[in-house]
Amino acid sequence: MTALLLRDLKLSVRAGGGALIGVLFFMTVVAVIPFGVGPDLNLLSRIGPAIVWIGALLSALLGLDRMFQTDREDGSLDLILMQEHPLVLTVLIKCLAHWLGNGLPLVIASPLLGLFMNMSEVAIGATMLTLLVGTPALTFIGAVGAAVAVALPRGGLLVSILVLPLAIPVLIFGVSASYAAVEDPAPFMPPFLILVAITMFFAVIGPIGAALALRNTAD
Amino acid sequence: MRLTAENLSARRGEDLIFKDISFRLDGGECLVLTGKNGSGKSTLLRTVAGLLRPETGRVTWTSDGAQAGMRAAEACHYLGHRNAMKAELSVSENLSFWREFLGNFSGGPTSEPKGVSIGEAAEQVGLGGITHLPFGYLSAGQQRRMAFAKLLVSWRPVWILDEPTAALDVSAEEVFTGLITNHLAAGGIALAATHQPLGVENARELRMTGFEGVMEEMW
Repeated sequence: MTALLLRDLKLSVRAGGGALIGVLFFMTVVAVIPFGVGPDLNLLSRIGPAIVWIGALLSALLGLDRMFQTDREDGSLDLILMQEHPLVLTVLIKCLAHWLGNGLPLVIASPLLGLFMNMSEVAIGATMLTLLVGTPALTFIGAVGAAVAVALPRGGLLVSILVLPLAIPVLIFGVSASYAAVEDPAPFMPPFLILVAITMFFAVIGPIGAALALRNTAD
Repeated sequence: MRLTAENLSARRGEDLIFKDISFRLDGGECLVLTGKNGSGKSTLLRTVAGLLRPETGRVTWTSDGAQAGMRAAEACHYLGHRNAMKAELSVSENLSFWREFLGNFSGGPTSEPKGVSIGEAAEQVGLGGITHLPFGYLSAGQQRRMAFAKLLVSWRPVWILDEPTAALDVSAEEVFTGLITNHLAAGGIALAATHQPLGVENARELRMTGFEGVMEEMW
């Protein structure tokens, strides 16, 4: 299992891997907002957390469809399905590797993009923390979509559309927790804890769903 | 140890590809599937490997150390049309991943052979000394040989080979024949679909006739 984790991490940083592309897309999305909205610093800092979250969500969706598809294209998925390891565990490891390769770089890049949006230190810290907790949920939800669409030749957009409704709660609670950290009357902990709960819920449901979908992909 | 298939039938879409195929293979035996393109050789192999759900019948694996209810697929190596190797990783990274991920088969007698080291496996397929190259740099024939080396790095009693000699020169075919013969001599079982004769002695032949669902077995 460690071998699978290491292999997927290596693949995500080698040529054709999604790690850098995701971060670049994230930067592009967030960096064009000030040009569109105009140089109103107060407005930028007010919408900052939401924009950073939306950017992270879109970049997280970008790389999802490759999670199982590359393995299917070269035949590795067949061998992975044949092994005695529980498939749920294998999928969980793949999700973990995918998050480390694609989600974690987004979290690390987010403070820089917070500066673009003229966010305060507290807001930047809160956004980074909520992204750290929330992006794994996006990966787990996306694993189900990626597994369902694995046999489709151009499943990329379909995965995003399938996954987006389920990802909306993550966005809502991530953004509201980030705002709660800077706006006084709103409490930070309740939305943050709900975000944690969503992540843990999908950490269980996601791999089970993805494993079922992979088992039933007849080709 | 014994691999048994009982009354297997499989369907692709609406069409029944074959029906009521039964065979029984003991240690040291080899079954070669022949027949024209589209006669269901690959479908049968994928069914035995547990990658397609059979319409009727079942595949079972029995041996002294095997637990009851073990899937037959866990005792099998599957070499399909695709090589299951990553072009971005070097040959030794690919092989060491499969070596660790597949492990050695544990459901048989304790004295079963183990997988050989990566260098030795590359030597055995006649390509020692180039394991540091990225897999994508190799020619089609070399890639096929390296995919075959994957069968050597971890021990599985059953080898399921789908067109193992496609894209290979004559000397490589001899190498493969030697490796399959060694595997049989070590008590293994081989199940191969092929157009060229494999040259393995005492191989039994199952001629697939395809669409009509009529089978003619020659022993």
